[in-house]
Amino acid sequence: MSLLDLLKTISAIMGMLTVLSVIVLSLTLLERKFIGRIQMRKGPNRVGPFGLLQPVADAIKLVAKEDILPTWVDKVIYWVSPLVVFIPTFMIWVTIPVARDVVIRNLDMGLFYIIAFSVLSIVGLISAGWASANKYAIIGGFRAAAQLISYEIPIILSVLAIAMLAGSLNLERIVDAQATKPYIFLQPLGAFLFLCGGLAELGRTPFDIHPAESEVVGGPFVEYSGAHWSVFFLAEYINTFAIAALTTLLFLGGWLFPGLPGNVTASGVLVFLTKTYLVVLVIFWFRGTYPRLRIDQLMSLGWKVLVPLGFINVVVTAVALKTELPEIILGLISFVILASTFWIISVRMRTAPKPEYTVRLYDPSLEGLNAR
Amino acid sequence: MGSTQESGTEGGVLTESLVVFLIISVVCVAGGLGVVFSRNVIHATFLLLVSLMGVAGIFLLLLAEFLALVQVLIYGGAITIVVLFVIMLTKSDEFESLVDNSQKPLAFLISIGLFVVMTVAAIAADNGNTVRASLKFSDLGHSLFTDWAIPFEVASLVLLVALIGAIVISKQGEEE
Repeated sequence: MSLLDLLKTISAIMGMLTVLSVIVLSLTLLERKFIGRIQMRKGPNRVGPFGLLQPVADAIKLVAKEDILPTWVDKVIYWVSPLVVFIPTFMIWVTIPVARDVVIRNLDMGLFYIIAFSVLSIVGLISAGWASANKYAIIGGFRAAAQLISYEIPIILSVLAIAMLAGSLNLERIVDAQATKPYIFLQPLGAFLFLCGGLAELGRTPFDIHPAESEVVGGPFVEYSGAHWSVFFLAEYINTFAIAALTTLLFLGGWLFPGLPGNVTASGVLVFLTKTYLVVLVIFWFRGTYPRLRIDQLMSLGWKVLVPLGFINVVVTAVALKTELPEIILGLISFVILASTFWIISVRMRTAPKPEYTVRLYDPSLEGLNAR
Repeated sequence: MGSTQESGTEGGVLTESLVVFLIISVVCVAGGLGVVFSRNVIHATFLLLVSLMGVAGIFLLLLAEFLALVQVLIYGGAITIVVLFVIMLTKSDEFESLVDNSQKPLAFLISIGLFVVMTVAAIAADNGNTVRASLKFSDLGHSLFTDWAIPFEVASLVLLVALIGAIVISKQGEEE
């Protein structure tokens, strides 16, 4: 590796950072506009034409804001935690291709690399919670760890089934294998698992247990402000885009579209971005539609529904590949399993006995609420 | 992938890989020393993470990409988080008194012994082979599930037993 290569790599990484920052700006505006429309509001429309400059104004505000350092925090870990969250989210973009050969380094184990590095940001969330030395922050940190570890498993299992179908962990090869059929038709169950797990990894509604404002007032981020908070914010939106991009690459055929040449960079990037932004809109749509899960519901959904479904998905895919079942049958089986899961959940929700709540009112004759 | 590369010194000249190796080693050793000398258990855990990531870097330098990624996933992600959980959910005040106890000479002795054994092994294993070659990922998987299928299954069985054992032990505590 010569100096020129090093410079090339550095400039590519700086370019990636710039592009990702612009994408994050667009995502914040898109989210506010879209959620606004869902709630029959107009969304931001004051700064610039149609509110287009709103994210820029927000960014300037965030950077100019005072960065508060509470006296009780563990300073080193408090300052390092945002970076520990941010660097893995940034690093996974090294191997995510935007079109054929439009990628910094196409790794043969791209998928495995992405999964390995995305786990690292959990450490940052826990350490942020701990270093803040705040009850809400540390509860949020623990919630983040429990949730992210649990939902990593369905993601890995759904990705595993895709890798089995494509016979590769290289993201470009996986897209090439979808030339005639996007994997969402073969793996509707896998797509559901991946998107569910992905939403949980992001900590977005309906899985926003760790930053839940009404329960832990922002979770691990509660003490952060200004530039350091915006690093977490940036990481969250880059992650959102990454999950959408991965959904596109793994299940929706990446930059391929019927009738469009897959080898032309411009059309490839355009198709990829269109698909990815559509998935992002679906993610925002969830946020505008669903209430937050309770933490016990979250855990039971993860371990009792998604993890077993993940194993079923892998086994079904393996059997279908071994017996050389027609692909349409595999898709049908996968769809039937997914549909019956939804059906069972909806039936159970209607028939399950309502939990009994006991409302304890404040009684001055008792010494606080702890006395029973 | 699949490439071979000269390593180490070429006639005493510092090559890029040697420089990278030195940087990574310094990070590793500094992290390890930090773990030992840190008085704060949480700080020690984060320094342990630094050291383990350094080991991943060394694997990467040896063109063992798979091992490097496994190191990041298992040690960086899973094990550090579990260690953090255990430390944060137990009363860490109790550890303060355990730092300087009577096991220190024994631990010192064992560490020195281990260090000597590993150094001797490393010197004995030096067969002058300085060419690193990376294994194709698919070949690795193939050999893991054919030639090494039984050790692989045994290892997974051991892990399963450990998992069930942990659940049984924690449930016993609950009943009492």
